[in-house]
Amino acid sequence: MPRRDDLDRILVLGAGPIVIGQACEFDYSGTQALRALKEEDFYVILVNSNPATIMTDPEFADATYIEPLVPSVIERIIERERPDALLPTMGGQTALNLAVKLSEAGVLEKYGVECLGADIAAINRAESRAEFQSAMREAGIDVATGCEVSSVEEARTWLPGIGLPVVIRPSFTLGGEGGGFAATDADFDRLVQEGLDRSPVGKVLVEESLAGWKEFELEVMRDGADNAVVICSIENVDPMGIHTGDSLTVAPALTLTDREYQRMRDAALKCLSAIGVATGGSNVQFAVDPESGRMVIIEMNPRVSRSSALASKATGFPIARVATKLAIGYTLDEIENAITRETLAAFEPALDYVVVKAPRFNFDKFPESDDTLGTRMRSVGEVMAIGGSFREALQKALRGLEDGRSGFAFDGDDPSPDEIDWLERLRRPTPARYRDLAGALHSGACIDDLRQLTAIDPWFLNEMKMLIDKSDCISKMSVDTVTAEEMREAKAHGFSDSQIAHYMGVSESRIRELRSTLSVHPVFKTVDTCAAEFEAFTPYYYSTYDGIEDEASRGSKQRIVILGAGPNRIGQGIEFDYCCVRACMALRDAGHEVVMVNCNPETVSTDYDTADVLYFEPLTLEDVLNICRVEDPLGVIVQLGGQTPLKLADKLDKLGVPILGTAVDKIFLAEDRRAFQDTLAELGVLMPKAAAAEDVAEACSKAGEVGYPVLVRPSFVLGGRGMQVVYDEVGLRDCLNGDVPFGPGNPVELISFLEDAFEYDVDAVSDGEKTVIAGVMQHIQEAGVHSGDSACTIPPFHAPPELLLHLRDITEKLAHRFAIRGLMNVQIAVKDNEVYVLEVNPRASRTLPFVSKATGVRWIQLGTLAMVGHSLNELGVSSSPPVRRVAVKEAVFPFDRFPEADPVLGPEMRSTGEVMGIDWDFGRAFAKSQLAGGFPLPSQPGLVFVSVHDRDKPAACRVAKRLHTLGFSVCATSGTAAALAEYGIPVEAVEKLGEGNPNILDYIKRDNHSVCLIINTPLGKNSKIDDTYIRHAAVRYRIPYMTTLSAASAAVAGVEALLAGDLDFYSLQEYLPGFSRLPNKHLEDSVETRFCVS
Amino acid sequence: MAWFAAEALWGVLYCLADETAGEEGGPIETARLILEDGRLFIGRSCGAPGTVTGEVCFNTSMTGYTEILTDPSYHGQIVCLTTAEVGVYGVSPEDAESGKLQIRGFVVRHLSAKPSNHRSKVDLGTWLKDGGIVAVEGIDTRALTKHLRGLGAMRGALTSDSGIDESELLRLARESAGVVGQDFTGAVSRDASEDWTDSSAVDDWYDLTRRGVQRWWRELHVVLYDFGLKSNIARQLAARGQRVTIVPSHTSAEAVLALDPNCVLLSNGPGDPSACEPIVVEIRKLLGKVPLGGICLGHQLLALACGAKTEKLPFGHRGANHPVKVLETGRVFVTSQNHGFTVSADTMERAQLELTHVSLNDGTVEGMRHRTLPVMSVQFHPEASPGPHDAHDIFFDAFLATVDAAAAAESPSEMVNAQTR
Repeated sequence: MPRRDDLDRILVLGAGPIVIGQACEFDYSGTQALRALKEEDFYVILVNSNPATIMTDPEFADATYIEPLVPSVIERIIERERPDALLPTMGGQTALNLAVKLSEAGVLEKYGVECLGADIAAINRAESRAEFQSAMREAGIDVATGCEVSSVEEARTWLPGIGLPVVIRPSFTLGGEGGGFAATDADFDRLVQEGLDRSPVGKVLVEESLAGWKEFELEVMRDGADNAVVICSIENVDPMGIHTGDSLTVAPALTLTDREYQRMRDAALKCLSAIGVATGGSNVQFAVDPESGRMVIIEMNPRVSRSSALASKATGFPIARVATKLAIGYTLDEIENAITRETLAAFEPALDYVVVKAPRFNFDKFPESDDTLGTRMRSVGEVMAIGGSFREALQKALRGLEDGRSGFAFDGDDPSPDEIDWLERLRRPTPARYRDLAGALHSGACIDDLRQLTAIDPWFLNEMKMLIDKSDCISKMSVDTVTAEEMREAKAHGFSDSQIAHYMGVSESRIRELRSTLSVHPVFKTVDTCAAEFEAFTPYYYSTYDGIEDEASRGSKQRIVILGAGPNRIGQGIEFDYCCVRACMALRDAGHEVVMVNCNPETVSTDYDTADVLYFEPLTLEDVLNICRVEDPLGVIVQLGGQTPLKLADKLDKLGVPILGTAVDKIFLAEDRRAFQDTLAELGVLMPKAAAAEDVAEACSKAGEVGYPVLVRPSFVLGGRGMQVVYDEVGLRDCLNGDVPFGPGNPVELISFLEDAFEYDVDAVSDGEKTVIAGVMQHIQEAGVHSGDSACTIPPFHAPPELLLHLRDITEKLAHRFAIRGLMNVQIAVKDNEVYVLEVNPRASRTLPFVSKATGVRWIQLGTLAMVGHSLNELGVSSSPPVRRVAVKEAVFPFDRFPEADPVLGPEMRSTGEVMGIDWDFGRAFAKSQLAGGFPLPSQPGLVFVSVHDRDKPAACRVAKRLHTLGFSVCATSGTAAALAEYGIPVEAVEKLGEGNPNILDYIKRDNHSVCLIINTPLGKNSKIDDTYIRHAAVRYRIPYMTTLSAASAAVAGVEALLAGDLDFYSLQEYLPGFSRLPNKHLEDSVETRFCVS
Repeated sequence: MAWFAAEALWGVLYCLADETAGEEGGPIETARLILEDGRLFIGRSCGAPGTVTGEVCFNTSMTGYTEILTDPSYHGQIVCLTTAEVGVYGVSPEDAESGKLQIRGFVVRHLSAKPSNHRSKVDLGTWLKDGGIVAVEGIDTRALTKHLRGLGAMRGALTSDSGIDESELLRLARESAGVVGQDFTGAVSRDASEDWTDSSAVDDWYDLTRRGVQRWWRELHVVLYDFGLKSNIARQLAARGQRVTIVPSHTSAEAVLALDPNCVLLSNGPGDPSACEPIVVEIRKLLGKVPLGGICLGHQLLALACGAKTEKLPFGHRGANHPVKVLETGRVFVTSQNHGFTVSADTMERAQLELTHVSLNDGTVEGMRHRTLPVMSVQFHPEASPGPHDAHDIFFDAFLATVDAAAAAESPSEMVNAQTR
């Protein structure tokens, strides 16, 4: 069947902000989908609130709406654009849930919009646990025994028939949100209630526990002619009971016989037809009892998923692209396999390598949280590695995580193996479980015991044991006598140079030289979907020491290497992948050949056709050098992947690898705090007073000199890790006696904290001579909140033009001093009309994608071309463009996954993603950003709750007054209530928790959600009264809460806009008509305006 | 009974495995594989000691080494598996496709010493050693595969004997018979007829369980020629309620007809179909006398009997991921394949043969039927094992339906009985 010609306009829904369980894999799949639709000449409408995505760049759709993903907004867009069909299977659970809601509200029917891929009935069958289970039983597929319930009482009546332990899963949530494993009656009641609260349909499934079973996933494609193929099988090394997103996984499935595998394959195909997936990709999950082989189906997702992104990268098969083609009418045998060109999409990829995926965690950001892994996903990113064996792939994956480890076995950075009871540690699965397994194996644990404790299949445990045994062998080798064969054997086990160096007691560089002398280098093999059966035309490579024939080759001309950002983590996420992809496109357009290096399978950068050559490799010095050895590149770009490549710049430079753009010594100048201070002083630029201390006594005296409040900043940290503001010596001592890493040789920095200062982020591009400001963002939160966590706005509001000119001058001065060639970011605080520079980042910033979207200029393209030697004049860039609309960026937080953490903003970054609100004025843009972020501001007057720190009371009074004028009634805790009353605002005093009933929680929990806005500035760590429960309740009941007064003030502006009338929605192409064109053309057209201040 | 023979063999192997378990840990022995063009691969011996020669081919299946190793169609071949980790789930006796290891030599990248599976009885290395199979691990199997893909199927010699020098090994490879022009059916076929009843292994197969293993309208008598039969073909027929008589490859047409079958099915098998002239003569005698079906080699022999020709493929189809299109319906199925020869499409017309199935990878013939006679056959393996089960129905059910219709036309009264049964 060819392309359907009865369709013309297709609406695609994105996945929104990056949250745990839904990350940049949906930018990857969405981008592929949009490309596939554009190829077929459809008019494509996209809605996605996440500006840091490639898919929301205007050339990928005809109408791109960066608007909130909520049914009412989508309905307005449908009304405006009149699509013929909706493709809901590319935007994760968010898009699928939206489709269901739109259907239930009759919107799809009203406007005659057809659902492509999976229809609503199929989505419901797959998502409703009860319907799913009965459909599976009917199809003859075994399922876990269980029942779906809508109340705790109902759940209790079923419990005797199932028996503890049980698994609780809420219906219609993503990433296992709200699910859990109950072994006791108390846990049971609590988890059922939590699950009911989480489930958008108020239902949970109570099921027999399959904990300890083996877990598998199959990625299936089905077309409209009922043809189906399995693209990839994935085996979880971690057993059932640990969410698959938090599990180490391997592809292809290794421990299944053909008989078991085919039975699973049959069941997966049957599942798709039983659910009624019309076309496209689905993910089907199974559990297998290791003792009996009993196989049950767990769940299926009738859409592309995190696993399908992994499967695409693991096999080379572009699942989202093919799924899209199938959705518009093609069959599998009509679609070409773009990798082999001679075969078709109607086949099943064969792998001749092993792929390992390892999750990346960020519990360090939430130290209060219990880090036991369970059925609720909490990893924030992942790494994929490809190797010639499981062992090699495992080691590569673990060193790619950038968590300080160089592989599975020990690497010199370990606790003494004998001091720790490893087996005891293994009783509880935590992010450290593979380190613990290595420790246990080092201390001689037997496989049977480890299997008992971890429920990991003994085959994997044996492979891990072989790694530990090998590490013992390596320890016995000597640099003087080691042979090439011995070295190759060690490397084929996946050991990194740094691990080998540790075992042999020499430096990493010594091992590197030794390998070079012995000629032990990896070979690069191709990922080709077909195990070499057919010729491959896409240079997608992985390294292995487990082979002799190299398939990578230098290009006809020297290529440019872009180093990616590695696994997503808090502080370094999709924004940097966006930068890498845009740079790659810019360089290819300019006629360069580009090599991409990255190990994050969720990304667009690792799509097989983004760069000319893709190396799917860890971003360590060793792995990058191996690539440079083969490629001999024109240069390496380190400015785009966040801190990951920047950290390598110095060493690469010293080893003779050319670094493009800003020179390495200048990068170092910005990174080294002391040199940086001196440089600023030299330039006459202010920075907050600061001092360094190596012990507590020194810190106390230095802090006194600097003056409280003081920002405590440990050395060598990312994303504000461990940073805290302290107000007095007691606070400082508490802070330093906590888990702040510092000591002799590792000083902690004490920086004068500019209370109530306004912060600005400035992004700029420079060619070494000329510097152009890309954007000035004003933070909505005041200083002290990490820039990544603060909402911010372009253009700045209430900023005098002379201040903006001053900021420009400082930025130009800094760019000149640091000889920036490419991109830079400056963080600035303004207090009492003094401008302080907090930080200079000589690289692409997290905010650049947002700035590009807000200004309609391709800054990354310009910056990249500047890096490779083009002048800004040549590129036709003379000045910053005018900004005629307001864009607000809001951060999105994972507090619901870390219920113990205080959801208050601070100097340590904890957000996982961002949304953008764009409109013609600030209030409306801010209101949109809050709606998109999942905490909609009230659109009609209601009850606002205020409880603030003493120092915030004057400002709180002003905010409350405005709300009161707008018709809101106000309630407050006693102290705040007194202040408000004194200010003349009618206020109801509310009891705090523990003071009596009804207390504030009763108000928040009320069914009709009578409190519709919370303003609560924290009373501080040393406060006798803990008020975190208020914020916990706000997160849980999704009530907008403001923890700073400037945010509260912005919220009032948003509320005012909402009360003034309905929001309007326009596409990016309408807001920024010049965006699709080349930047220089756009800028020529622009009027000479420095900044437009609203 | 082949099945019980296999069980008995397994018992022996299992005991041997236990006895030899203490002898591990000796020096790692080198093994070498040389191709007839002189390309040499060096790895570690992981099977029995010795030297073997044969055609070197690769299989891209990611599961099912037990089935592959025991598939008689690999007689005379040195098989390279492209998948990286082999032996992970050990060896389970019920997965065997015949009573013994059939391949000539085995080439893998990694062989697991410590398998894990609840059904496994022995590890793969021990099984290979005890079965006398010369095997090598640790070679660049992808380089070998690319070599064969680029230059076509080649003869080779594999040895664990360090006493044989490279030129001697190359001479052995070049002097070996290979597959072209070879009739191997006699070497792998049963010596005597056998009534097959076992359908046990199929019972837990998901799709058949689901369907409740239904009987056909009538019990048909299928005579199954063993040219190197994979047991699962017989199991599939038995599972469909058919009476199955397996006859040796040298059985004459007269002897087959004397069994009064409703149909004759020609099995898969090794070697060059064009070298099997005596069999083709017998098949030709059966044409028009009884409905005929064929799988793989059986399909090629059927084509030859009808007057078409066969030819050698550059490097063959071996794997579990081969898409086949059914021309009548347009449906696509993923099939298991193992063949180095194919029916020449341009010779089918004059043989009154109609193309019914085609390979989506290279457009070669995957199935055919006779324009006038009840004759149909497929090149791929509908019995799978290893591989996807998708094609069970498209061959076995379609074939039996054709036969059933023919039988019903002959004796309609039985049909009524069957329906009222």
